[in-house]
Amino acid sequence: MEKFDVIVVGAGLAGSTVSTILAREGLNVLMVERGQAAGNKNVSGGLLYSQLVAEVFPEFWKSAPVERAITAHQLVMLSEDSSVGMDFRSQHSAQPPYNAFSVLRAKFDPWMAKQAEDAGATLITGVTVDNLLVENGRVIGIQAGGDQLGADVVVVAEGTRALLLKQAGLREDFSPHDVSLGIKEVISLPEKTIEDRFLCGPDTGMAYTLVGQTSGIEGGGFIYTNKASLSLGVVVKIDSLYERKLQPHQVLDEFKKHALVSRLIDGGEVVEYSAQTVHRGGFHLMSKLYGNGYMVAGSAARLLLNNVLTLRGMDFAVVSATAVAKAILDARKNGDYSAAGLSSYETHLKQTSIYKDWKTFKDTYPIMENERLFELYPELACNIVEGLFSASTQPSKKAIALALKEGHGKVSLMTLIKDMIQMGRGMAL
Amino acid sequence: MSTKTLTLDARLGLDKYEIDEEQSHIQVDQELCKTCSLKPCLTVCPAYVYQWIDEHVAVRYENCLECGTCQIACESGGNKAITWHNPQGGFGIMFRFG
Repeated sequence: MEKFDVIVVGAGLAGSTVSTILAREGLNVLMVERGQAAGNKNVSGGLLYSQLVAEVFPEFWKSAPVERAITAHQLVMLSEDSSVGMDFRSQHSAQPPYNAFSVLRAKFDPWMAKQAEDAGATLITGVTVDNLLVENGRVIGIQAGGDQLGADVVVVAEGTRALLLKQAGLREDFSPHDVSLGIKEVISLPEKTIEDRFLCGPDTGMAYTLVGQTSGIEGGGFIYTNKASLSLGVVVKIDSLYERKLQPHQVLDEFKKHALVSRLIDGGEVVEYSAQTVHRGGFHLMSKLYGNGYMVAGSAARLLLNNVLTLRGMDFAVVSATAVAKAILDARKNGDYSAAGLSSYETHLKQTSIYKDWKTFKDTYPIMENERLFELYPELACNIVEGLFSASTQPSKKAIALALKEGHGKVSLMTLIKDMIQMGRGMAL
Repeated sequence: MSTKTLTLDARLGLDKYEIDEEQSHIQVDQELCKTCSLKPCLTVCPAYVYQWIDEHVAVRYENCLECGTCQIACESGGNKAITWHNPQGGFGIMFRFG
């Protein structure tokens, strides 16, 4: 059996990062990708937070195919016929080290895989890994078609579905409660239209996070500006979809009909429809990260952060892959690739900012389960603000009085206060 | 100008696939499906791969977007009837934007 120092399954951001770092250190690394090219099978909303990525790929924006530097964020609550939101713009994020870029994975991932190849890693594409080879309780390689290939360590960076881990009995079944479905359209629009409509320059762009109008399902919507297209999608909980017998594309259609959304995409032409499951992520949901002869990086280990304002998966993939690479280098010193030998993965991960971010936002998760946030509160917020801006034949009221009037019969004052405290704790305090 | 609503089939028609004519990457245990009361796969799939026709689940695997929602839904809300493997190397959906 042909043997490598390390075999990496998947040439997404996690796989290419771990391969790049280890190849730079002179290890013999094989990356196996099932798509005909890296990125072929990959979907993400499309915001890549840049600063952690730049630690491994300095100034990557100079050569990587990024779409636009995101310099404006909109957080908007939608009711059926109105919207209210927060508008943030900053010129800081128009300059290095930036904050986030919109990316399209089919373009971006091949660039990153190329970095690994340039560093000396071997990439094979169009090959599906069928199984992890396990011998005496230890992963010793992979099986792909008729071929068996061996390695000191197999890095499983196969993405959100983690099928190999499932087949090998190395993870539990995912609960539909902890996984959402993201469906997305790429909508083509002329660059000039995007720049006029989203008030941005030739290389800068805007990200919309939208809450409400997801047919009452827990989740939200997004619109990101690419160079000459928009990425639009909704992320909705899977169990709610089947419990309410709602088909995902119907949810997307309803969302697109909202007056604000339809204005933003007006005249655009849908050029691709895609879908991907999205883990809720977080501390308590992190999968088993390593064992004898194997390690897990990126979405396959459910390493994501979703705190309503930001949904981060790609930079977490890069950071976790960096921790994996460091642990493999540690293990090499001792020639010990058992679970004990690879255990410094956890130590390295704990030193990263993402680990701290999880702790910081651990109180955010109850918010995401609060269904009032996804239908009732956007409606209340819109009605309250409408009241504040209105001059009608009825006497005007102040905000609290409006809130009480709008909430009457829909939510009790106690519940409202409790939810406000929960949201405050999760997001702000 | 406006953006017209696309049917699901029109949406799927925009996507690029390399279809494996020889074999489906999705297997369904029809006996288990017959006794499944909720049949969540019929609802949750964004490509409407699963359809209930003549007392069995018809699987249009060639439209699959490979998201994995069906498997998660079937394991918990259904009868654990779906076995899903990655398509053979190079086959299946090929995202041009992603």
